[in-house]
Amino acid sequence: MPTTSTTSAPAACWACGAALTSSALLCPDCGKVQPASAADYFQVFGLERRLGLEVAALEREFHRLSRRLHPDRFARATPEEQQWSLANTALLNDAYRALRDPLQRTEYLLKLEGLQIGEEHAGKGKSADRQPPADLLEEVFELNMQLEEMRMNQKMGENDPALQSDLSAARSRFEALLAEVDSDLAAKGAEWDESVIQGDAATREKAANAMAALLDRRRYLRNLVRDVNEVLSTATT
Amino acid sequence: MPEQQTQERIVGIDLGTTNSLVAYMEGSQPVVIPGVDGSNLVPSIVALDIVDPASESGSRATVTVGNSARRALIENPERAIYSVKRLMGRGLEDVSDELKLFPFRLAEDIEPGEVLRIRLGDKTFTPSEISAYILRQLKRNAERYFGAPVTRAVITVPAYFNDAQRQATRDAGRMAGLDVLRLVNEPTAAALAYGLDRAKEGPQEGSTVAVYDLGGGTFDISVLKLNDGIFEVIATNGDTHLGGDDIDNLLLAVALDEIRNEHGVDLRQQPDAIQALRKAVIEAKITLSSEPVAKLDIELPGGDRYQREIPREVYEQVIKPVIDRTAGPCKQALADAGIKPDQIEELVLVGGSTRIPAVRALVDQLFELSKRGKQPHTELNPDEVVALGAAVQASILAGSSTTTEELLLLDVTPLSLGIEALGGVVARIIQRNSTIPASATEHFTTGVDGQTSVAIHVLQGERELATDCRSLARFDLKGIPPMPAGLPRIEVKFLIDANGILQVTAREQRSGTEAQIEVKPTYGLTDEQVETMILDSFDHAETDFEARQLIEARLEADTILAAVEKAPASPAWQLLGEEEKARIEAACAHLASVKSGDNLQIIRAATTALDQATRNFAEKMMEAAVSGAMRGKTMQTAGDNLGPEIRAPHPFAPPEFD
Repeated sequence: MPTTSTTSAPAACWACGAALTSSALLCPDCGKVQPASAADYFQVFGLERRLGLEVAALEREFHRLSRRLHPDRFARATPEEQQWSLANTALLNDAYRALRDPLQRTEYLLKLEGLQIGEEHAGKGKSADRQPPADLLEEVFELNMQLEEMRMNQKMGENDPALQSDLSAARSRFEALLAEVDSDLAAKGAEWDESVIQGDAATREKAANAMAALLDRRRYLRNLVRDVNEVLSTATT
Repeated sequence: MPEQQTQERIVGIDLGTTNSLVAYMEGSQPVVIPGVDGSNLVPSIVALDIVDPASESGSRATVTVGNSARRALIENPERAIYSVKRLMGRGLEDVSDELKLFPFRLAEDIEPGEVLRIRLGDKTFTPSEISAYILRQLKRNAERYFGAPVTRAVITVPAYFNDAQRQATRDAGRMAGLDVLRLVNEPTAAALAYGLDRAKEGPQEGSTVAVYDLGGGTFDISVLKLNDGIFEVIATNGDTHLGGDDIDNLLLAVALDEIRNEHGVDLRQQPDAIQALRKAVIEAKITLSSEPVAKLDIELPGGDRYQREIPREVYEQVIKPVIDRTAGPCKQALADAGIKPDQIEELVLVGGSTRIPAVRALVDQLFELSKRGKQPHTELNPDEVVALGAAVQASILAGSSTTTEELLLLDVTPLSLGIEALGGVVARIIQRNSTIPASATEHFTTGVDGQTSVAIHVLQGERELATDCRSLARFDLKGIPPMPAGLPRIEVKFLIDANGILQVTAREQRSGTEAQIEVKPTYGLTDEQVETMILDSFDHAETDFEARQLIEARLEADTILAAVEKAPASPAWQLLGEEEKARIEAACAHLASVKSGDNLQIIRAATTALDQATRNFAEKMMEAAVSGAMRGKTMQTAGDNLGPEIRAPHPFAPPEFD
């Protein structure tokens, strides 16, 4: 499994012949845009595959690269350069969008590492999201019963304050679990970063697997909280 | 391409619902280019001329654009159209609401899913063609101003325009003989125009700006971060069918009801009377932005008068539902940007409808402005600021000005892009408010052994179900090598370009064959169709540009002279003083004497002089047309003595020639 981002096939700038990596968006020598890059998001910013990064620095680099890559800068260039500028700017924008958000950054990194992450899409991977984490099986079962009861009550126009307060309590509980997952993710992320620096492949793999599981758990909990919120918000109106 | 071609000016165009403008960068300052009548605004009205069968132009459609088409709106409403922007990129099933409120006459044989066609007289036009006539007028105004051809432009669109509406706008540009280098979002363009002003006062670090743009037919709200010359849009929202038009329609409906109830006259079936009444309520609306009360006083068929005082409080009550519809998009944009109203450091007002005090009050409340001791920005004319910004963007693209070389616009896509998945649900692949260009890659496979094509349905919108979203395109991935089900791996790349328009490419990865894909827009014209609608190839011939300018100037002169010649037959002529008549006659004689000469400038100067001398007269003729319509008569039946071809002496659009 490839793990670091710095290994790219060597290439040369089409315009000035300077040596480049094949993932380069621009030639550092002459500044010319390069053919559509196959770089991953970390390579776009010249970063190692680590999760800890300073968002303000990422933004500065995003602006610096945008100034040189954006299609507005190539309105008078050849059609080929215009097409490359378009493709590489799209890549830059996609990369910035994914990396600036800690969760998306983690998901992207794990996918890059070849791990299966539950799909965000509707219609896809829904069943995986609906598989409750084993330790929460009982609680989730009970909550789903309460949600069902609440929905029935709402249909009949009935009000059950006790049930409503039970649901509110459950929401707080699951929100707390969600926060727990987030802090676990941050800890595992730090473990990952450390293992990359140390070159410790075993720890790195363990951290990756742990994060993948945490992301699945997180997605499940988030959907649960969303369902409870939905039911409770209709209750109050 | 010859060297001077690359030096050609790129203009910025605001193709508006009510008015359109063209601007360019003069040194470090964007300026609006006036039309032949000296006005910066070209009303977005197009009228099909009544062709004299004996004339040389024969069967070819000739049109009038702008102020001079305004009169046709009242005299021959079935030959004129306004607010066509509302129909851009839309299908039959989208426009039923518009059809109730606007006098759009569609061709009868349009199938659902087809591009709309509008009837003007005995001909039909697509919305893009109508818009192309407006664009061509602006192009000509610019060419006249520069004395040189103009073939490249930046055109603004509402930020909330979807893919189909953007494509229709770009098609219109092509039909008008313009290479559309970029579509820029209107609120972002406005921010550029303001930002340029501010940049001169030194760099501003990381300020957050909101642009509230309520125009004639569209509403946009955009939240931007300004950072050292980079204009980064964080979130945008809006409603492409909300604007001053809706206020006009509301006032019109109230007036029509009152006229029916109080006078027993139903004007709803009289298009000319409706247009005349519409003109009157628009004037009242404008008055109410500065006065506490406006008066309507209109002579009805049968001699009765409809007289009404509208106090501002009543007016504000009536229009409140319309104005309140802007609040939702504002809140959504702030939520998407992840900021609170009090974090907006500056607020820019754009669009003519932001002159309405009730709109300003709502904005003040939404963004807590006066509470924080802030005032909205209105320094730049709200009718012109978008065109000025388009000119700034044109200059950025041209790379021709040091003023703009440090500026860069990073805009977003207003709507999420998705594909239809199993069960008719939408799988989002690019979220709204993603910085453009943006891309997403999806993988598809087959479900049946030996299947060689896969159908893909691309949608735009925020709803969960495909049926609730806007269908962008359906296409088949064809030419997949026959393989067992599930084995092919087709990679499809969706890319939204810097204009906010989607491009799709596909590749079958197992066999390495590039899949043949055909992207058929659900609404929209094919390249071939656009080709056939290009207004005239003459505009492309740059070689005889000088000659064309001269011919056009002479035609302009002829048109205005013909109109003024018939003036003494008009009742309005009798209302003029002797001195004014003499002035007009002198200007007429001067133009007649110079028009056959070869000096372009002299002919134009003489045309402009005559145009200005007859301005007052044209106004009076217009009034006569309005009251004529109100008496239930059209201008044609009202005064046969006027002749069938009388027209206001504002020859905006010279006749066509092949």
